[in-house]
Amino acid sequence: MAGQGMGASVKRREDRRFLLGKGRYTDDINLPGQTWAVFVRSPYAHASIRSIDASAALASPGVLAVLTGDHVATDGLGGIPCGWQVKNKDDSVMVEPPHPALAQGKVRHVGDPVAMVIAATRAQARDAAQLVEIDYDPLPAVAHLRDAVVDGAPQVWDEAAGNLCFDWHLGDAAATDAQFSGAAHVVSIDLVNNRIIPNAIEPRAANGHYDTAEDRYTLYTTSQNPHLTRLLLGAFTLKVPEHRLRVVAPDVGGGFGSKIFHYAEELLVLWASKRVGRPVKWTSDRSEAFLSDAHGRDHISHAELALDADGKFRGLRVRTLANMGAYLSTFAPAIPTYLYATLLSGPYVIPAIYAEVKAVFTNTVAVDAVRGAGRPEATYLLERLVDKAAREMGIDRVEIRRKNLIQPDQFPYQTPVALQYDIGDYPATLDLALQSVDYPGLAARKAASKARGKLRGFGISTYIEACGIAPSALVGALGARAGLYETASVRVHPTGSVTVFTGSHSHGQGHETTFAQLVVEKLGVSFDNVEIVHGDTDRIPFGMGTYGSRSAAVGGSAIYKAIDKIIEKGKKVAAHLLEANVADVEFSDGKYRVVGTDREKAFGDVAFAAYVPHNYPIDTVEPGLEDSAFYDPKNFTFPGGCHCVEVEVDPETGVVDVVEVAIADDVGVVINPMIVDGQAHGGLAQGIGQALLEEAVYDPSGQLVSGSYMTYCMPRAADLPMFKVGNHVTACTHNPVGIKGVGEVGAIGIPPAVINAVIDALEPLGVTDISMPATPEKVWRAIQAAQGGVA
Amino acid sequence: MATTTLKVNGETRSVDVEPRTLLVELLREHLRLTGTHVGCDTSQCGACTVWVDGKSVKSCAMLALEADGREVTTIEGMATNGSLHPMQAAFHECHGLQCGFCTPGMVMIASELVRRNPEPTESEVRHWLEGNYCRCTGYHNIVKAVLTAAETIRSQGGA
Repeated sequence: MAGQGMGASVKRREDRRFLLGKGRYTDDINLPGQTWAVFVRSPYAHASIRSIDASAALASPGVLAVLTGDHVATDGLGGIPCGWQVKNKDDSVMVEPPHPALAQGKVRHVGDPVAMVIAATRAQARDAAQLVEIDYDPLPAVAHLRDAVVDGAPQVWDEAAGNLCFDWHLGDAAATDAQFSGAAHVVSIDLVNNRIIPNAIEPRAANGHYDTAEDRYTLYTTSQNPHLTRLLLGAFTLKVPEHRLRVVAPDVGGGFGSKIFHYAEELLVLWASKRVGRPVKWTSDRSEAFLSDAHGRDHISHAELALDADGKFRGLRVRTLANMGAYLSTFAPAIPTYLYATLLSGPYVIPAIYAEVKAVFTNTVAVDAVRGAGRPEATYLLERLVDKAAREMGIDRVEIRRKNLIQPDQFPYQTPVALQYDIGDYPATLDLALQSVDYPGLAARKAASKARGKLRGFGISTYIEACGIAPSALVGALGARAGLYETASVRVHPTGSVTVFTGSHSHGQGHETTFAQLVVEKLGVSFDNVEIVHGDTDRIPFGMGTYGSRSAAVGGSAIYKAIDKIIEKGKKVAAHLLEANVADVEFSDGKYRVVGTDREKAFGDVAFAAYVPHNYPIDTVEPGLEDSAFYDPKNFTFPGGCHCVEVEVDPETGVVDVVEVAIADDVGVVINPMIVDGQAHGGLAQGIGQALLEEAVYDPSGQLVSGSYMTYCMPRAADLPMFKVGNHVTACTHNPVGIKGVGEVGAIGIPPAVINAVIDALEPLGVTDISMPATPEKVWRAIQAAQGGVA
Repeated sequence: MATTTLKVNGETRSVDVEPRTLLVELLREHLRLTGTHVGCDTSQCGACTVWVDGKSVKSCAMLALEADGREVTTIEGMATNGSLHPMQAAFHECHGLQCGFCTPGMVMIASELVRRNPEPTESEVRHWLEGNYCRCTGYHNIVKAVLTAAETIRSQGGA
């Protein structure tokens, strides 16, 4: 077991099935009698539906049913619910419009599902979908935030005047004003946080089966949290008691947030299965995914930072418009509020902060959590602003950060925006990243690039994030409609091997390996004797799944807590077997020992005694060795760190080449360094993608112009360098494993570092601002404009 | 319906398909070789990459009937008696996969590279992979895996 517990880079056990082509993803599953569903989606951003004629489709070969919003209404299916209610400044609640599973009367974005065609083969369903005739009456539409908030803008919902979902704020306005009034310098910035599309490489899919004999529903779905989906299906949409619903999220090919939410298609395949009497499967096309998976970001912000003459921060004021899309997705209202404005203090001492956020409806796909979710938007805003302040005040960009960082002796640190950071060492990660990037050598590298006709730029970002989501009572007070604990059941088998049933879900994170390492560490059993089960609501306890970098911190803590119960029970059994007092028995390295003696029992012997209780304290201890735990976190966790980037810009073409990425993160205690580094790499790629390549572009009429891989540009291998990843650990103080979380750090820290680097590179040409994504065209135009040429 | 007869992972298979059936549909739906994945509908993600007569092909961009009389190798055909191909082993060793969805396509395209160019540079690897998207790994460990596999294969005298 040595080398397979905490801190070991154990190779992943899930790899083998994926490498052999034996993974089991939702679309790989065909059930007996399988049928296929294809959705007919709106080509208009906003339109009334005059009529739907399904007769030709129904007559098409193999077609079993064509279902529409009328059928949904007749059968009484519930609308897709929102899981978080945000309140306005005046304490009234947000506007929460209905979200029928199939459009009723109106469509509100391109891709809004209108009809569902079910046929015996996928090809037949596709053919028939072409034959569904829908007569639309197009209405004025609005897609862009700025257009949605002007007087006379087309209204997405009658009940949302001015397209306003909510008008929310956080912080102390008066205290912030006071800081500004005495400030030596105020720097302001206007920023767009570009809309992105998550694009897990496995498209969403759902396969629903209603078992007539058992009166029971089974759903195979691409979900990050099968129990959340079951809860929403049971309580709100399908309206079936949960014990008659099984939700299985088998192997899932990436999520990045997009597979958290309960989507209409999950409800519809179950409902349709009962109607047609056969299993119904839907698998999204990529083009369809662009029009139906929740998107991310899409903010417009104005921010001001007040500083003392020596560059110390005094106050921060932020106004943000956040796009919600046409319908409220599961966590949408929480993202630009409690996962955004609460992070605006970053890793800095800022005495006063005031943030106002208006959430706005548009005729676009719903916007919700995508890797980082709110925290990248906060980090981007703050780190662009800090860089601008440094330039305007003539202070070195590293030094302005260094002098404002919260110091290690200031923890726990209460920010002016609700959070209390438990621990961190921001100067340490700053120093580590700078060493890695050789900051003193920058001038020489710039000169070398210049000699080759290139412009070299250095960018930095010091960031913090909140994850380990989340203390239930706290989020409940903030409007969450669910708890956010995690669960684990630990079953010790008679011969001492262990199965852990976790409420977390792995879709690339490697829990089958890392969670097993936790068990190895705690129980001293061998890695090969531990199995991790996840993803099937019939097998696992009710848990909240995987997002917000919560699995190791919250799910891992639940495993620890359950194992502690096992160890305690085992002590009583061991005391009996060793003829000792329970108080004298200790457990370590897989053995129960009588303190101060050489008498011991191996864990496996105790497990065996618990299941074959012949010589057993049967009067006081039940047989068996199995226990469960719910772990509800006491606080968020606060990973942080420093991300550095060097770019080379070709001034002739505007092409930005990322030549160096060096980061140092503090993600708390590390279970598996190989996997932690891998998580950082993936986040970095997505963050660099947002900074340089990715943008969901709607035209003013609400057509998604970037609706395929030919028009939505994601990083390919040649777009990225090797990453230098460093780690400095301060252990989380309030969970038993000391873990903070790593899933999102890359996507949070790197985008502003990239843009700061591009601006640094272009500064000699007079360019002072560039927006994401910094595409070659945008960079070239900025250079031309600054040089007085044609832009 | 039309019949296509092809060799898949060394075994001759004869399948009746609609003429419009894509090779990837033949593999996934007719032969139930579900290791080959579909990640897009514009032939850009590379998750469906297989070998046809030893050459990497995006199986979403080829009709099943075009594969008639040809030899197709999928990810299921890469291991020998349960022992991983050096490229598969290197992906495992280097943590070159996370969710596993792009992995079969990556292994197929990368193995062809190493067959053609036994000693690729990092830059050559990155450019060779340009037809294959990965959203999890940032490519860092995939590139490492391909370089590692190339070294292994060279040390074993080619594969």
